[in-house]
Amino acid sequence: MASLNWFRYASPATFYPVAGRMIPWFAAAAAVLAAIGAWIGLGIAPTDFQQGEAYRIIFIHVPAAWMSMFVYLVMAAWSAMALGFNTRLSAMMAQSLAPSGALMTFIALLTGSLWGRPTWGTYWAWDARMTSELILLFLYLGVIALRNAIDDPRRADRACAVLSLVGAINVPIIYYSVKWWNTLHQGASVSVGAAPKMAATMLAGMLIMAFAAWFYTIAVSLMRVRAIMLERERGSAWVCALPEIKSS
Amino acid sequence: MKEFFAMGGYAWYVWGSYGITALVVAAEVVAVKARGRRAREEARLTAPDSLSAATGGSL
Amino acid sequence: MEGALALAHPDTGAVLPGVRWALARDLRLALRSRAELGVQLLFYVIVVTLFPLATTPERTLLATMGPGVLWVAALLASLLSLPRLFAVDHADGTLEQIALSPYPLPALVFGKILAHWLTTGLPVALLAPLLGLQYAIDPEGLVVLASALLLGTPILSLLGAIGAALTLGLRAGGSLLALLILPLYVPVLIFGAGAVDSARAGLGATANLSLLAAGLLIAVVGAPFAAATAVRIALD
Repeated sequence: MASLNWFRYASPATFYPVAGRMIPWFAAAAAVLAAIGAWIGLGIAPTDFQQGEAYRIIFIHVPAAWMSMFVYLVMAAWSAMALGFNTRLSAMMAQSLAPSGALMTFIALLTGSLWGRPTWGTYWAWDARMTSELILLFLYLGVIALRNAIDDPRRADRACAVLSLVGAINVPIIYYSVKWWNTLHQGASVSVGAAPKMAATMLAGMLIMAFAAWFYTIAVSLMRVRAIMLERERGSAWVCALPEIKSS
Repeated sequence: MKEFFAMGGYAWYVWGSYGITALVVAAEVVAVKARGRRAREEARLTAPDSLSAATGGSL
Repeated sequence: MEGALALAHPDTGAVLPGVRWALARDLRLALRSRAELGVQLLFYVIVVTLFPLATTPERTLLATMGPGVLWVAALLASLLSLPRLFAVDHADGTLEQIALSPYPLPALVFGKILAHWLTTGLPVALLAPLLGLQYAIDPEGLVVLASALLLGTPILSLLGAIGAALTLGLRAGGSLLALLILPLYVPVLIFGAGAVDSARAGLGATANLSLLAAGLLIAVVGAPFAAATAVRIALD
């Protein structure tokens, strides 16, 4: 009954068209929210007293950083499901999230660097959050590299699942250790990445951009998982029966 | 308007950030769409009715 | 085949006999190729010697860099020796037999990891204080360094085993292993090298060493299971 319906959507054959219908909604929502967020971030939000206009970068930097961590958690959750229930689709979802997460991490690092230069005088300060973010990028790249290195898709599914879970357990440990290292060695009191005091508009702008990033990631990873499904299941009955595949 | 683009002198950093983000996002969308296209092509070629597919459906 | 009779031992599901069997076997095999072990240790010495040549022989700078260099070199030495943990057995089919044995696989894996540490991590931990003299580290610092390495190098072997199992039989195995494992090594590096710095700064190394010990306990409990899972994934 309820559980039967749930596992029905665990089959790529049933999920493929569902995902296809979901994508335009999430894409549209992301575009609208991003437009509003950028309008707030670049226009409406007041100029910061200390950092001037440069602070406007946080409207991208902070949501991207949040997403980079959130996506890793979701990827690990799908990995746990893939290992626990041995379902193909869970593994494919994890596979589709890794590149998106890596790109979010990249954007967070890049914008963080561009924010650091005018505000604290350096493109890269070895502060706790940026350093942890860099290590998170390495973790993502590792999962992607392992996926590419293994030819057998099922072995790749399970190996990347184990790696994602081991990584997920280690992320808080890594963050804590880097934070500890940073506080020990910090000479000046400035913490790079300290956002200015949040006016209500600033917070609203960041939250809107965060939702925009979230819906965008959902849309793109759904697009990617559909491609992955076709790649891995081509030749199977349900793929050959798809309208876009059946020769006209 | 001029001040909007100048961003208090931080134009490169602010517009650079927003610009590169837009670029990365666009690149990801383009890449994923291309991957989907390639996957559909491959799937079409592996479909049982491949004679028709290989000749572009003209047969 | 090595110890095939032992694999048929009727005491199924027993953990300690499994650990003992794998440990004895791997140690025996490692000690047969003593030259290989010597080469790994030599690699450690050479890497440690490279840093002053690349930077400066100035003593205060060396003393600051020293713990870090000795730790990073230990990480690299561990990475270099990890592939042989499973690869050699995998190549001639022994690993499949080991996985099929009645002993619990995590126990066998733990025995292998223990043998790996005894032949790589432990020698490095004991040699490092000697090399620390090259870096003008004071005697108390050297004691802290040795303790930290004794606690940390087993963690390197335990975490590394997971990576070695995941990358079993893959083409770019060695470099991929490094990419996968080095981020996980970061906390060990930070607390391990930081122990000496803390001691030098007068803060005492207890916090660092306790954290390393805690990490070691977690790794001992968790890593053999993760590595065993990874081995089964690689063998299927």
